[in-house]
Amino acid sequence: MNTNRIEKRIELKAPISRVWRAITNHIEFGQWFQVKLEGPFVPGGVARGQLTYPGYEHYKWEAVIQKMEPETYFSFTWHPYAIDSTADYSKEPPTLVEFRLEGIEGGTLLVLTESGFERIPAGRRPEAFRMNDRGWTEQMKNVERHVTGSQ
Amino acid sequence: MSSATSQGASSGRPALQRAHADVFAALGDETRLQLVGRLCEGEPLSISDLSRGSRLTRQAVTKHLRVLEKVRLVRGTRRGRKMLFRLAPRPIEDARKYLGHVSLVWDRTLARLKTLVESAERDNPQNPK
Repeated sequence: MNTNRIEKRIELKAPISRVWRAITNHIEFGQWFQVKLEGPFVPGGVARGQLTYPGYEHYKWEAVIQKMEPETYFSFTWHPYAIDSTADYSKEPPTLVEFRLEGIEGGTLLVLTESGFERIPAGRRPEAFRMNDRGWTEQMKNVERHVTGSQ
Repeated sequence: MSSATSQGASSGRPALQRAHADVFAALGDETRLQLVGRLCEGEPLSISDLSRGSRLTRQAVTKHLRVLEKVRLVRGTRRGRKMLFRLAPRPIEDARKYLGHVSLVWDRTLARLKTLVESAERDNPQNPK
């Protein structure tokens, strides 16, 4: 049992160069990650943007780009839960997200890991969660209204 | 200010992550994971039971149990003169569910990546296969 780490393996029917571009070009990254980024990824640099996920457009997104080894390895660290804009998360340990690419027959194997959940400090009950929770409750109500035809 | 979240992730990942952070921290230790493993067998165990057959001293076991108790992974109940410890399954279950959720968010996110790279491939015949 590993409670501190996520690993995903996915086979993509596209050449490694194509996959590399999709994960490291900030505009393409934004398309599937659903975030509008301000500028290109630079190792050691901070990538900032705004979520584009419907209902969450007011949330900011931020990550620190760690390594970019062309067509092989890409990593960033972030505070995936840090959406309270008044809080300072900079001193807290982030999780590490890593993408590893490997050429396989007919395409590319992508191995994604997210690790470091055990270092996340305890006991922070975020305002942001309540906002999220309300957001979803509201959306569920919209769906319900829609399908039941009430109001 | 430094804020970050992924999309779909916004649906509850922040909450869950914070709520279970202490559980992850407690389990992020080889020795405690071992103790949890022993307690997983089901029988309530005393400190002597837990130190027997391991390299841990009673003091070490006590110290680690205290950490596990604090995050409510383990519950101690007095039986006669000794304390017996058992797993409190809820936090473990919660932590497992949480990672399940994070995992699901990644599945969805990577599915969008797959759609993007594979459709671009079809749309652009100049790209080598």
